[in-house]
Amino acid sequence: MIAETSLEVRDLRFAYPDGREALRGVSFRLDAGEKVAILGPNGAGKSTLLLHLNGLLHGRGDVSVMGERVVEDDKKSLARVRSMVGLVFQDPDDQLFSPTVYDDVAFGPIYMGLPEQEIDERVETALGQVGLEGYGARMPFHLSGGEKKRAAIATVLSMQPRVLVLDEPSAGLDPRARRGLIRLLAGLEQTVLITTHDMHMVKEAFPRSIIMDGGQVVADAPTAEILADQELLESHGLELP
Amino acid sequence: MAALGFIFATTSVPPGKWPAFAVMVALVWLAAALSGVGLVRVFFRSLVALPFILIALPTVFTKTGEPLFDLSLGLFTLTGTVEGLEFFASVLIKSWASVTAAVVLTSTTPALQLLAALRALKIPQILVVVVMLMYRYLFVLVDEAQRMLRSRAARSAGVGRGSGGSVVWRARAAGGMAGSLFIRTMDRTERIYMAMLARGYDGTIRLRETPPVTRNAVAVTALALAMFATVAVAARVVI
Repeated sequence: MIAETSLEVRDLRFAYPDGREALRGVSFRLDAGEKVAILGPNGAGKSTLLLHLNGLLHGRGDVSVMGERVVEDDKKSLARVRSMVGLVFQDPDDQLFSPTVYDDVAFGPIYMGLPEQEIDERVETALGQVGLEGYGARMPFHLSGGEKKRAAIATVLSMQPRVLVLDEPSAGLDPRARRGLIRLLAGLEQTVLITTHDMHMVKEAFPRSIIMDGGQVVADAPTAEILADQELLESHGLELP
Repeated sequence: MAALGFIFATTSVPPGKWPAFAVMVALVWLAAALSGVGLVRVFFRSLVALPFILIALPTVFTKTGEPLFDLSLGLFTLTGTVEGLEFFASVLIKSWASVTAAVVLTSTTPALQLLAALRALKIPQILVVVVMLMYRYLFVLVDEAQRMLRSRAARSAGVGRGSGGSVVWRARAAGGMAGSLFIRTMDRTERIYMAMLARGYDGTIRLRETPPVTRNAVAVTALALAMFATVAVAARVVI
């Protein structure tokens, strides 16, 4: 069986308004259901890349999701892409902007124009998936770091995306919360793409790794191979677990 | 709603109509007593109105009328008038009574219910959303400010001779902190906006339906509003 392509990036280039080139020709392809980690030093362009994947930034080159090209200014297409790609930001305080957890998890489905009953169902399912059943009425401010992270993931799961993109998901979590997160990500049927510095997590749950440095992909291979190449890791400021 | 009505009614009572003020103050304290919050607590919380009195203070001197006393300030001589003093006392009572009403409201009703109430009252959604975001990020902002103060405190090792340098130097440090807090907040708004866009936000505001206002609540509110209106009108007409 030939695996379906869920995400394809071709020769993506992007420069910030101040002229700094963040991406210099990035290409890769993800099959449906793949779990891939992007590694690389700070400033390598990882976060910038993620913002392109659901059309928050537009560079030169192609990004397509489930066969649909991400086009600037095409609102309908963008709305479709954004419901297919769930983007979880690094700081859950940015992701959780509503007065209650329920409102936040319902935000995506409301903007997808779903009927009330389905919104309720999806919120419940998403909260169940991340192990926060009954947290709907809680205020985000009163959650612990690990709970906030899981709630943030639920806010995109409720949109039932095909691809889940997370920026440094395990940063700042204690070991138990981190363990729960790894189990959660590994158990998802969606395609999952993360950026991270957490090599332990990559080793455990992400069979494929991409190393980025200086706005380019410098390696794209099975995680075991990449972790075995000490020289490669060191030359890009990474360390073995 | 009743609290808003109260505030409007109280502020519309003209200065110097003392009996009307007495009724209004009595009403708000009756509500406070019935709410079961504890009168002492309501009283102390209502004192946040005090700083606003400063704003009203100049009226003692600016209102023209019968001179009452002179206050000489070197070059100037300020003349207090009876009308001015009366006006000042009225503002004092009005603001205090209004704040007390707000205190009773906020200490009996959780913020989430207040937000739901605002929406049920068909307040423009954009305002409700602004209040919602303010309520959400107020805590985050306070947290951030506290972290900055703590990090300053951790590095302020004044040995013996008071803390820090001159007043100017310290003011500059405080200004810098306020500035960087502002920039951090701007950055955060940018990230929140991105997070909203990423989940399909398209510039229009869409919220879930709220449960309709119950009949009982409408009746109670109407009664209260009628009462306040009567006092306000009576203050202008009768007395």
